[in-house]
Amino acid sequence: MGRLEFDIAHLLAGSLVLISFMMLYQDRLYALLNTYALHAGVLALSVAWQAFVQQAPHLYITALIALGFKAIIIPLALHRIIVRLGIHREVETAVGFGLTMLTGIGLVALAMVLMLRITPGADPLAREDLAFSLSVVLLGLLVMVTRRNAVSQVVGFMSLENGLVLAATAAKGMPLVVEISIAFSVLIAFIVIGIFLFRIRERFDTVDLQALDRFRGERR
Amino acid sequence: MRLDALEAILLIPAAAAGVLAVFPSYKLTARLNVLAAFLTFATALSLFAVEPSSGQYLLLDDLNRVFIALTTLIGFTTSLFSASYIGHEIAIGRLTPILIRFYHAMYQVLMFAMNLALVANNIGLMWVAIELATLTTVLMVGMYRTHEALEAAWKYFILGSVGIALALFGTILVYMAARPVVGEGLDAMVWTVLITRASQFDPALLNVAFVFLLLGYGTKVGLAPLHAWLPDAHAEGPTPISAVLSGLLLNVALYALLRFKLLLAVNTGAIAPGPLMVIMGLISVIFAALMLYRRRDIKRMFAYSSIEHMGIIVFAFGMGGPLANFAGLLHMTMHSLTKSAIFFAVGHIAQVKGTQKLADLGGLTVSNPVLGWGLALGVVAIAGLPPLGIFMSEFLVVSSTFARAPWLAILLGIGILIALGGLFLRLNTVLFGDPRGPTAPTEASYVPMFVHLAIVLAAGIYLPPTFVSGFQNVANLLG
Repeated sequence: MGRLEFDIAHLLAGSLVLISFMMLYQDRLYALLNTYALHAGVLALSVAWQAFVQQAPHLYITALIALGFKAIIIPLALHRIIVRLGIHREVETAVGFGLTMLTGIGLVALAMVLMLRITPGADPLAREDLAFSLSVVLLGLLVMVTRRNAVSQVVGFMSLENGLVLAATAAKGMPLVVEISIAFSVLIAFIVIGIFLFRIRERFDTVDLQALDRFRGERR
Repeated sequence: MRLDALEAILLIPAAAAGVLAVFPSYKLTARLNVLAAFLTFATALSLFAVEPSSGQYLLLDDLNRVFIALTTLIGFTTSLFSASYIGHEIAIGRLTPILIRFYHAMYQVLMFAMNLALVANNIGLMWVAIELATLTTVLMVGMYRTHEALEAAWKYFILGSVGIALALFGTILVYMAARPVVGEGLDAMVWTVLITRASQFDPALLNVAFVFLLLGYGTKVGLAPLHAWLPDAHAEGPTPISAVLSGLLLNVALYALLRFKLLLAVNTGAIAPGPLMVIMGLISVIFAALMLYRRRDIKRMFAYSSIEHMGIIVFAFGMGGPLANFAGLLHMTMHSLTKSAIFFAVGHIAQVKGTQKLADLGGLTVSNPVLGWGLALGVVAIAGLPPLGIFMSEFLVVSSTFARAPWLAILLGIGILIALGGLFLRLNTVLFGDPRGPTAPTEASYVPMFVHLAIVLAAGIYLPPTFVSGFQNVANLLG
C-alpha cells in the first residue's frame, strides 16, 4: 500500500473520531442529527476508500448503505419525528460538557493504548483503524449514557455502530461485512423509527426517558 | 451432506413463521404453533442419531446437540402453555387477534433464530442469529403497550444493542487474530477451522476479543453488572416469553460464550477465561440473591432468581474441568426446565388473580390448589432443596469447587442460601397465607408445568446412565 492511500484512510478514520467528539457537545437535537449525518457521510467515504484500496467491490455496497441510509434517510426521518413530537428544543445532558469531553479524551487515549499495544504484528492500516474504531465505539457509548432523550440515545447508538462498520471494513477480507451492515440497518430502521418512538410518543407525550422512569413497577 | 435434519430445525420454524403470519384464526394458529414446535423438537431428537458434521455455515457436534434438544423441548412445551395463556388474553381483550398473529409469527422467528445461533459454525452468522433473537424478543416484550411494557422493551433494546455491538467488536477482533494464520476470507470465521488453528493466534488480540465477547454476550446472559434489562423484560412481557427468555435465550447467549471460551483454552499464551467467568458468576449470584428480598412483583422476583442461577452456571463453567462442567450443564438443564415451569404457573396465577403484585397474592394452595402446589413444588426445586434435580446440580457445583478453591465454594454457598431465604420469605404468604383476590377456576394447561417438574424430580432421584455419559462426554469437550 502506498503512502498516499494510507494517509487518506488515516485521515478519514481520524475524522470520524473528531466528529464523534463533536457529538458530545451538541446541545440541540437538530445540530446533533446534522453532526450524525456528517459522521455517516465520512464513514461512507472511508468505506469506499477501503473498497478501492483493498480492491473489494462488495464494500461499495456497505458504503452506499452508509451514504444513502445512514447519512440521508435516517437523519431526515428523525428530523420529521422530532418536528412531529415537538421536541426540537435543547438536549438534556446528564453530565456537564466539560466533564463529558474529558471523559471522551480519556476513552480515546484508552482505546489507542489498548489497540496499538496488542496489535504490533497487524498491518499498520488495520491497526490504526481498529484503534480509531474502538474510540468511536466508546464515544458512542458515552453519548448514550450522557443523554436522557430517546432520540439522542439512538443517535449515540448509530454512531457506535458506525465505529463497528469501520472496524469490520478495516479487517481486510472479512466475510459477511455487507450482511452485518444490512443487519444493523434493519435493526435501526425497523425498531427505532418504525415502532418505538411513535409508541412512546403515543403513550407518554414525551420521549424523555426520565419520564419513563416514573412508571417503573418497583418505584410506585 | 448429512445435514438434512440440521437444516430442518431451521426450515420448520422459518416456514411456520410465514404461515402463522397469514392465518387469522387464533385458535388455529395456536395449534399450528404447537405443531411446528413439536416437529422441530422431534427433528432435534433425531439429531442424536446423526453423525457430527460441519460445513462452512452449519455445525453439529456433541455440545450443540444438547443445547438444541433442550431449546426445542422447552420451545414445544411453552407453545402448549402459550396456547391456553393466549386464549385467556383474547377472552379478556388484552390482546387483539392481529397482535396474536404477530405474536405467533415472532415466536417461530425466535425459535428459528435460537436454533440458528446454536448450529452456526460461523461466528459472524452466530452473531447475526443472536441479534435476530434479541430483536424478536424486544418486540414481544413491548407487546402489551403499557407504560411499563414499553419502558421494559426500550431498556432491553438499548442495553441489548450495546451488548450485541460489543460482541460484534469482539468477533471482528477474533477474525483479526485468525487472519494471519488462517488467511483471508470465510475460513477465518468458521469455528471448526478456528479451533484447530487457535493455538497459533496472537494471544493479546484473543484476550481483548474475549473481554469484549464476555461483556457483549454476558449482557444477554444477564450477568450482574449488565443485567439491568432482564427483570423488566421478564416482568412486563407476555408470560410465555418470560419462560422462553429465562429458559432458553439466556442459555443461547451462554452457549456463544462457551464456544469462545474453548477457543481461548486452546491458545496457551492467552489468559485463562475461567477466572473472569467465575468472578462475574459469583457477583451475579450474590447480587441477585440479595435483590430477591425486596421484590414486590412475582415475575420480577423470578427474573432475579434467573440471574442468580445463570451466575451459578457461569461460575461452574468458569471453574472448568470435567466435574464442574458436568455440574454446569446439568444445572443449566434443570434450571431451564424448572424456571419455565414456574413461569407457566405464574402466568396462570396472574391471569386468575388479575395481578402480579406479591402483596395482592395470597393463599394460592387453598384458592387454586393445583396451580398453588405446582408453584410450591417449583419454588422448592428452584431454591435447591433435595430431592429435586437442582439440589443435585448445585451440590455438584459447590462440592467440586470445594476441592479446588474452598473460599469460592463458601461464597457461592452463602449466595445460594441467601437466595433460598429470600424465595421462602417472599413466597410463604403467597402460597400458604390467607387467600386473597378472585378465586375463579381457570382453564389452565397443567401438563407442561408438571411434565417439567416431573423431569426435574426424576433427575434428582435417578439420572439414566445414557444421560450421564452424554453429559460427561460434553463436559470433557468443554475442557
